[in-house]
Amino acid sequence: MSARSRELAGLIVAALLAGIALASITIARDAEVSASAVTWGALFLALYLVAHVVVRRTVPYADGALLPLTAVLTAFGITTIYRLDSQDGGRQAVWVAIGVGVLCATLVALRHDYRVLESYRYLFGVAAVALLLLPRIPGFGEEVNGARLWVDLGVIQFQPGELAKIFLILFLAGYLREKRESLARGQLKDVGPLLAIWGAAMVVIVVTNDLGSALLTFGIFLAMLYVATGRALYVAAGLALFLGGAAVLYNAIHHVQDRVTIWLHPWTDERVFCATTGELDFRQNCASYQLVKSLYSIANGGFGGTGLGEGTFTSVDGTQLIPYLRTDFIFSAIAQELGLVGAAAVLLVFMVFVVRGMRVALQAQDGFSKLLAAGLTFGFALQTFIIVGGVLRVVPLTGITLPFVSYGGTSIVANFVLLALLLLVSNRANTPR
Amino acid sequence: MNKQIVRLTQVALVLVGVLVVMTTYWQTWAAAGLADRQDNAIRRVHEFSIDRGLIFSFEPRKRLARNRQRVVDGRTLYFRRYPYGPLTAHVVGYSTVGRSRTGLERSLNDYLTASNANLSTVVDKALDELRGKTVRGNNVVTTIDLGAQAVAAEQLGTNCGAVLALDPRSGRVLVMAASPSFDPNRVENDFDSISAITANCTPASPLLNRASAGLYVPGSTFKVITASAALESKKYTPESTFYDPGYCKVYGKRVNNFDTSRPYGTVTLFDALTYSVNSVFCNIGLKLGAKRILDTAKRFGFYEKPPLETPTDERLASGLYRNGSLFYPKVDANVDAGRMAFGQERMLVTALQNAMVAGTIGFHGRLMEPHVVDKIVGPGGKVIDKQEPHLIRQAVSEKTADEVADMMRSAVARGTGTAAQIYGYSIGGKTGTGETGIPGSNTTWFIAFAGKDEESAPELAIAVVLQNQSGVGGTTAAPIARSVMQAILQGTENP
Repeated sequence: MSARSRELAGLIVAALLAGIALASITIARDAEVSASAVTWGALFLALYLVAHVVVRRTVPYADGALLPLTAVLTAFGITTIYRLDSQDGGRQAVWVAIGVGVLCATLVALRHDYRVLESYRYLFGVAAVALLLLPRIPGFGEEVNGARLWVDLGVIQFQPGELAKIFLILFLAGYLREKRESLARGQLKDVGPLLAIWGAAMVVIVVTNDLGSALLTFGIFLAMLYVATGRALYVAAGLALFLGGAAVLYNAIHHVQDRVTIWLHPWTDERVFCATTGELDFRQNCASYQLVKSLYSIANGGFGGTGLGEGTFTSVDGTQLIPYLRTDFIFSAIAQELGLVGAAAVLLVFMVFVVRGMRVALQAQDGFSKLLAAGLTFGFALQTFIIVGGVLRVVPLTGITLPFVSYGGTSIVANFVLLALLLLVSNRANTPR
Repeated sequence: MNKQIVRLTQVALVLVGVLVVMTTYWQTWAAAGLADRQDNAIRRVHEFSIDRGLIFSFEPRKRLARNRQRVVDGRTLYFRRYPYGPLTAHVVGYSTVGRSRTGLERSLNDYLTASNANLSTVVDKALDELRGKTVRGNNVVTTIDLGAQAVAAEQLGTNCGAVLALDPRSGRVLVMAASPSFDPNRVENDFDSISAITANCTPASPLLNRASAGLYVPGSTFKVITASAALESKKYTPESTFYDPGYCKVYGKRVNNFDTSRPYGTVTLFDALTYSVNSVFCNIGLKLGAKRILDTAKRFGFYEKPPLETPTDERLASGLYRNGSLFYPKVDANVDAGRMAFGQERMLVTALQNAMVAGTIGFHGRLMEPHVVDKIVGPGGKVIDKQEPHLIRQAVSEKTADEVADMMRSAVARGTGTAAQIYGYSIGGKTGTGETGIPGSNTTWFIAFAGKDEESAPELAIAVVLQNQSGVGGTTAAPIARSVMQAILQGTENP
């Protein structure tokens, strides 16, 4: 079976999953099977068939697993969001459709040779910093939950950080390809511009209070530097730099201290000062409310989960239990309704995506392509780790999205661009010549 | 670069692998611990999704706790209503979202939410859950006589105190009233009105179940124990004579009778209990020693929490207290046995314990296990658990009990407790006036047992206690006991 046939089969399976998931939600909610599940499954399949056809025409030799895996993840996302709020579920479906459109557009635009991007590397570097700075410009930026991450363009709002991540990877891939030999030899004069761009990005992120993105950017930077030079010393030095930076940040920024305290001690036996109400209360009722409620949600899923549509997300008086459930905390919603079986399945899909992405990097012939694919894939894995790890109390919680699953247009579109780039690299590597 | 990419792949897979491990941890290993946490709102939603079992009075069969459905976010939740409000608030308790639970609502929560380990309950619940049906809890039938309970509450009025009546033959608690009471329907949303409740004592503490958790100086009611100890020691008979100068000397100091103006002179033990002569019991106490009397008290259930279905922290053990905790003397010299013998000297007793004392004397020395739950009935009507009478122990010999019972009958017939007489019934009782050290602020008691005649076993035993009284037990508590006994023996119109 060719890669494209496998892709088609995979997409049909994903559409079946999407249909069944919606059916179980309507059964749980209205106690009846409606035709909507079939309609939805068909629409979902049709959407991805469009992508499939475009892939066939533009990148026929690309990896056949990446698109179906994406389809499965978006199906999980849309279904869970729809179950929490049917209107938002509809919006998310529209965003996925737009994401597929952007995927197709990117594939068509770069079908001849995506490597032209390498020559614009510095532009991408500057654009990444500019995008990150955008929310700080008065009149543009909007503060949500203590961090300035959003840009308000009047008509639409978007989170430039997601796009900046991809631009930064493009810059690093181009720059490191060019300088990797001298860097590997340890000529430090080439490190200058690199540190400048990275440092600028870090400063901007600290200023916008977006700790999750800072961690992500830093991780991607270290990983790509390692791939390019093969020198573990750089990684060690980078980690030391990170720990030093973290210590400085911890003492300087209140926000960081709070996050770490919540992470280490989410429950208190005695009442402590609560900043939001100004009164004394248990930390589980105040600062770590979100995290603790999310852990209860995950625990309530147990092994088999409550079943789609059967989970508990509202309290006795009808208020929502977990703030940001559809974005940052979507994993705890999935874990409750689908249980360990379902949550592990989602994580397994992420794992397979990572393996396929890294395979693309291995197959690629030139340095730029290798660095690009490895950077994109590692960024994808690290982002998953930071947000799900935050929800699971493995690392301090920082608000970033779960790729392809969380609610949010910018994130969806940016990750479809990531997918397009991986498909392009894969196609070139596998083209027979 | 391929070597590095392979390494990086390994790192990425380890990162996601850690997530799988941690998800497993939270969903299996840590899940039970998280589910039990107080602030877990999901657990609370689950509890309120259960069609909680009802709580009934025994006679007449009325719903003391019922459910009101409310649909919240597409889910049917069951909230509690208490049709009789303050009347049974202490024994039934409350089940709320914001203030947790008390009373039987707390101690029988497992039955009421069908999470008890009984096989048929487990099977029914699993089937309901599989079918997606609402889980229905088990119903509880209490032993409460609602008519008599209402009389007790009415008689207590604004006084602080308690009435506890039980059937000494079976241990069934018929009346468990504490005053002041509160409306359990207001606990959730109008707690301020409960905090604002006032009564003839400060603090009013309306949430306190004074019948089983209120500790009071027993005063002369404790003479029943001392008399039992005296007879059990074989050193005394009811006809043993004493000389009463109007006081007794302890450590060289005079301890006066309640009424010092009228010394009785030569008096028998029988008459000493009938007329409640302090000096006689004081001398018995000095002769027997504190430990001997306390050991007899233990036979009646002192020094342990009376076994009842209400939550443990809503019941207290009776006995000597020192610095707020129960205390049993190592040697006799630790305690002033003379004053203890007539119910002073840091002796504290609950109404429940004193009702058990009266009942045991009336029932020929047999101490029956008290209980307030008659049976637990499954949602389908199947009886899951039925309380059978259970003898704790023969507290004192039948002979001793019957002799003390005769003295108590004499106290009602011609002594301090004449206010409790009911025509056509044989009643034995004992008054008590515990001095708290503040004039006009006595704790007054009346304990009694009542039956058709002297031969047959008594149908009820009762303890009435009142705080902050200017009068004595015979004039304040005995009339209340009489009204409640009459309600139990002759019945009332439905409340």
